[in-house]
Amino acid sequence: MDWPILSILTWLPIAGGLAVLIAGPHRSGLARLLSLAVALATFVVSALLWGAFDPASAAMQFAEIKPWIQTFQVNYHLGVDGFSVPLILLTTFFGVLVIIASWDTIQRNVHQYMAAFLIMEGLMIGMFSALDGLLFYVFFEALLIPMFLVIGMWGGPRRVYAMIKFFLYTFLGSVFMLVGLIYLYIQSGTWAILDWHQFPIGMGAQKLLFLGFLAAFAVKIPMWPVHTWLPDAHVEAPTGGSVILAAIMLKIGGYGFIRFSLPITPDASAALDWLVITLSLIAVVYIGFVALVQQDMKKLIAYSSISHMGFVTLGLFIAFAIFRNPEVATGAAMGIEGAMVQMISYGFVSGALFLCVGILYDRLHSRMIADYGGVANTMPWFATFVVLFLMANAGLPGTSGFVGEFMVILAAFKANFWYAFLAATTLILGAAYSLWLVKRVIFGEVANQEVAKLSDLTRREALVLGILAVAIVGVGVWPQPLVGVMHGSVEQLINHISQSKL
Amino acid sequence: MSLKFILLLIPLLPLFGAVVSGLLRKQVGRNGAHWVTIIGVGLSFVLSGWILYQQVFAGLETVNISVYTWMVSDGVHFEVGFLVDHLTTLMMCVVTFVSLMVHIYTVGYMADDPGYQRFFSYIALFTFSMLMLVMANNFLQLFFGWEAVGLVSYLLIGFWFKKESAIFANLKAFLVNRVGDFGFLLGIAAVLYAFGSLDYAEVFARRGELEGKTLAIIPGLDWQLATIICVCLFIGAMGKSAQAPLHVWLPDSMEGPTPISALIHAATMVTAGIFMVARMSPLFELSDAALSFVLLIGTFTALAMGLVGIVQNDIKRVVAYSTLSQLGYMTVALGASAYSAAIFHLMTHAFFKALLFLAAGSVIIALHHQQDMRYMGGLRKHMPLTWITAWVGTLALIGFPFFSGFYSKDAIIEAVAESQRFGSDVAHWGLLLGVFVTALYSFRLLYLTFHGKERFVIAAKDGDESAASHPPDGVLAHAPVESPAVVTVPLILLAIPSVFIGYFTIEPVLFGGWLNDSIVVEQGNDVLARLGSHFSGAGAMAMHALVSAPFWLMIGGFLLATLIYRLRPSLTDLLHEKMPALHRILVHKYYFDEFYQRLFVRRAVSLGEVLWHRADAGVIDGWLVNGSARLVGQLSARVRQWQSGFLFQYAFAMIIGLIGLLAVWVVL
Repeated sequence: MDWPILSILTWLPIAGGLAVLIAGPHRSGLARLLSLAVALATFVVSALLWGAFDPASAAMQFAEIKPWIQTFQVNYHLGVDGFSVPLILLTTFFGVLVIIASWDTIQRNVHQYMAAFLIMEGLMIGMFSALDGLLFYVFFEALLIPMFLVIGMWGGPRRVYAMIKFFLYTFLGSVFMLVGLIYLYIQSGTWAILDWHQFPIGMGAQKLLFLGFLAAFAVKIPMWPVHTWLPDAHVEAPTGGSVILAAIMLKIGGYGFIRFSLPITPDASAALDWLVITLSLIAVVYIGFVALVQQDMKKLIAYSSISHMGFVTLGLFIAFAIFRNPEVATGAAMGIEGAMVQMISYGFVSGALFLCVGILYDRLHSRMIADYGGVANTMPWFATFVVLFLMANAGLPGTSGFVGEFMVILAAFKANFWYAFLAATTLILGAAYSLWLVKRVIFGEVANQEVAKLSDLTRREALVLGILAVAIVGVGVWPQPLVGVMHGSVEQLINHISQSKL
Repeated sequence: MSLKFILLLIPLLPLFGAVVSGLLRKQVGRNGAHWVTIIGVGLSFVLSGWILYQQVFAGLETVNISVYTWMVSDGVHFEVGFLVDHLTTLMMCVVTFVSLMVHIYTVGYMADDPGYQRFFSYIALFTFSMLMLVMANNFLQLFFGWEAVGLVSYLLIGFWFKKESAIFANLKAFLVNRVGDFGFLLGIAAVLYAFGSLDYAEVFARRGELEGKTLAIIPGLDWQLATIICVCLFIGAMGKSAQAPLHVWLPDSMEGPTPISALIHAATMVTAGIFMVARMSPLFELSDAALSFVLLIGTFTALAMGLVGIVQNDIKRVVAYSTLSQLGYMTVALGASAYSAAIFHLMTHAFFKALLFLAAGSVIIALHHQQDMRYMGGLRKHMPLTWITAWVGTLALIGFPFFSGFYSKDAIIEAVAESQRFGSDVAHWGLLLGVFVTALYSFRLLYLTFHGKERFVIAAKDGDESAASHPPDGVLAHAPVESPAVVTVPLILLAIPSVFIGYFTIEPVLFGGWLNDSIVVEQGNDVLARLGSHFSGAGAMAMHALVSAPFWLMIGGFLLATLIYRLRPSLTDLLHEKMPALHRILVHKYYFDEFYQRLFVRRAVSLGEVLWHRADAGVIDGWLVNGSARLVGQLSARVRQWQSGFLFQYAFAMIIGLIGLLAVWVVL
């Protein structure tokens, strides 16, 4: 194929976003339709990408390379492998959903809102396909701006605090990464990420680089103890912002570990894996308990996200413990694939849950659990969806939520019994906070007058939740298409990180 | 039609029914909902029966087929597929038959419920999940079915979701089951660790590799890998099959409508754990330690839960505790390596316990949802069919000779007596005592419900309307009448196997090697083979029982129940007075609930609060995040003062800086 498909995917939504901005504040209807058309077109192109992608090959596909800043050997270099394709698809999928979901819930500055999401979508796709370190960094940082605006303009009452916390946290983390990237460029004379993968680095430098990357990605994903920006950001963000934040932006952290930390600093990753594993398990257990006592539904889901992201980092870093275990021959691939599946799946689940909270919030203007009760009486269809999504959140087999956790737990057992043991506590904790939420919000007698007046899902809401339900059950019942896409890349990554660079 | 297609139809027909009746409520209506599910489950039953027929008469071999590849990762093939051998077929027939009976019964029982269609959708979904569980040919699908039946159980216990007690019970049931599943999942992970496969056939074929393998869970302490696997898997069974100390959810699950108590919480789902251990017999046989653990847990459950059944007043709770106790019997059989006996008791129990539950349900509707036996009595005149079938179920439950329960229970007791395993002596005595206890609580139930004086009154017709709609306990708007045919016909259809199935199937199931293709028993452990050597027919076994201890213990229980609850009712008060401590312990069910509530539930919440407020908000946000923001603020407030705008200050600063730099340069 000669089409620059990745450039199209990146720039189509950005151009579309600018067009929507030009449509101006007085033509909201046009802004909506145009946004939807752009998002749909992007999704179609990404589906073509999926179809044309060769999962057997581990090489970067659809690569494009053009000189950008020649003085510093910076290239406009794009390409995708089995790790980026699913994430790009997730991005374009939510690009469509979030526009439908905000169709008439956003009334103020519609064109800016839609444009912000389209531009964000393009930047995320660019980031997931960037193969040049500086280009990646530019996308990575540029992403903050539209999200910053979305929270700042359409957010809740404490949005300024949340916005600044979000910005400073992520910015602080990424500064360390920038230092690392510049160091790599100076040492290797190139910005090409794939060349960095092969570039030999001493242990001391690897450790520093690793910690720099960790600072950036741990904040993004987020890992304990740098997670406290997330609940605040979620609570203040409008529904669409929360959805994109949870469904896609958190995955940037996981993607970063796969693209940078593991292959560029494999020896440091092996030496410091205990650190990441410990923090991951703390996230699973500690945050599970914290989620249990939340009174704000959005905070509960935000904490639940952190706990679930613990599986991603755990799945990625148990690889080294498996290499070290003489009793087992394989297992690392299942951990890494499990981490990827968890990212995609949790994108669906957390996105769906934030949409559900948004649906309640639109009606009652409250996110507090105590203000609800007996919603199933007045919103039976909504209740059905919520129970499904929360069951997926609790990792019920047959839903996507199960697949990633299952794979990571199976792999963790090969690394160390106690890793699996602690990770598996999510079975109890996840069910506890998810179903206690169901009990308090969905079940019971109608709690008050407000709940009695609730109306069930509109067609538009039912469409969005229905699509997500299909995706969640689909991945749960047949994850092979998703897992199959990454086999080649995972295999190559494992071969790569099992060899020392020293 | 290919065999694969037929096997696919068996679980998918109920699934189709569930989807149609659940999602197309408006389109199909009430009748559509019950027809589509009843026909679906009915066809599943017919097809299961056909498979059984083929196996018995046409010599159909074990079928092991893959339906599709769920996922391939790390070279491990995760399949969805069916393993249909004799064990599976037996389970399929039991599940679909009881399910069909319950579907029909529901038409009568739930007739006035606004959630009628939802109910049919759930029970059909349950049937699908349970079939997926028993037909699985690998651990993944087993776990899928395992959790899916848990989900449906959760939905059905909380079916009346406005009732606070119901939505507490369903949350509790799911969480306690999840504690079991936690162990189960670790067990599955251990299987993959040991074999690199989750396929039954491959794992069982290579089971020899486990011998001598150890795993150091605590450094320096090597445990047999086989024991770790089996104990973990059994923890899963303890959750699902409600073995102490994970039994606490089952009595509370009685908050759900009675048909599901019969289907899920007596006949099928709770026996999934028993089925699973029997299915895993090739692995369990490798670990004597794990089997002893199984044996002792089962013994405690069988005896202790039966005792609690004596003091319950809610008719459904008596039956629930009886179920716990009977599940304990099955577990003991597993622990004694008498897997076939466990499956045999599972089957007979499915029939007679479903019968007892449905009979209790028939009483409950006749009394307008009164479940307290203190307001019953004398119902045999009003509902003769229910009364007779309840007697049949009771005789089967207590193990009266020739009834189905007799054969299965006696076989378990005999098998345990033969066993040499650590704990089998205790188990034997526990089960014998259990027979006495079973007879005691069973006849108490019968007497309090159907015999003696009527302890309810019929409200006067001229009472005001508001009182009639919510009458106080023991007051009925009109006299109880026998339930309609949709209710009584399933009772009769269940009563038939409750009487006969044991007599006709004991020989093939226990001694004729019917289950030999599924169950592996090591030579030295084969207690059933030893029993079989002096088995000379079902009739002779029943005659022989008349001179054996279990029979007379049962008679003892019957006589004591007759004395206390029929002849001298004042004795109960006397007993309460004389043994207040024992009574209190039993009424509080050994304080398990109180203990868990204090130790886990409240601790978990307060731990969450501490972590959130102290650690997250206090340390991380308070000190680190906002603290560093404050620090920057304070620093900059200081530093700002230097930007005074006075030229001489800047000049000084430059000079000091220059001197400093020079000093550094000189020193270095």
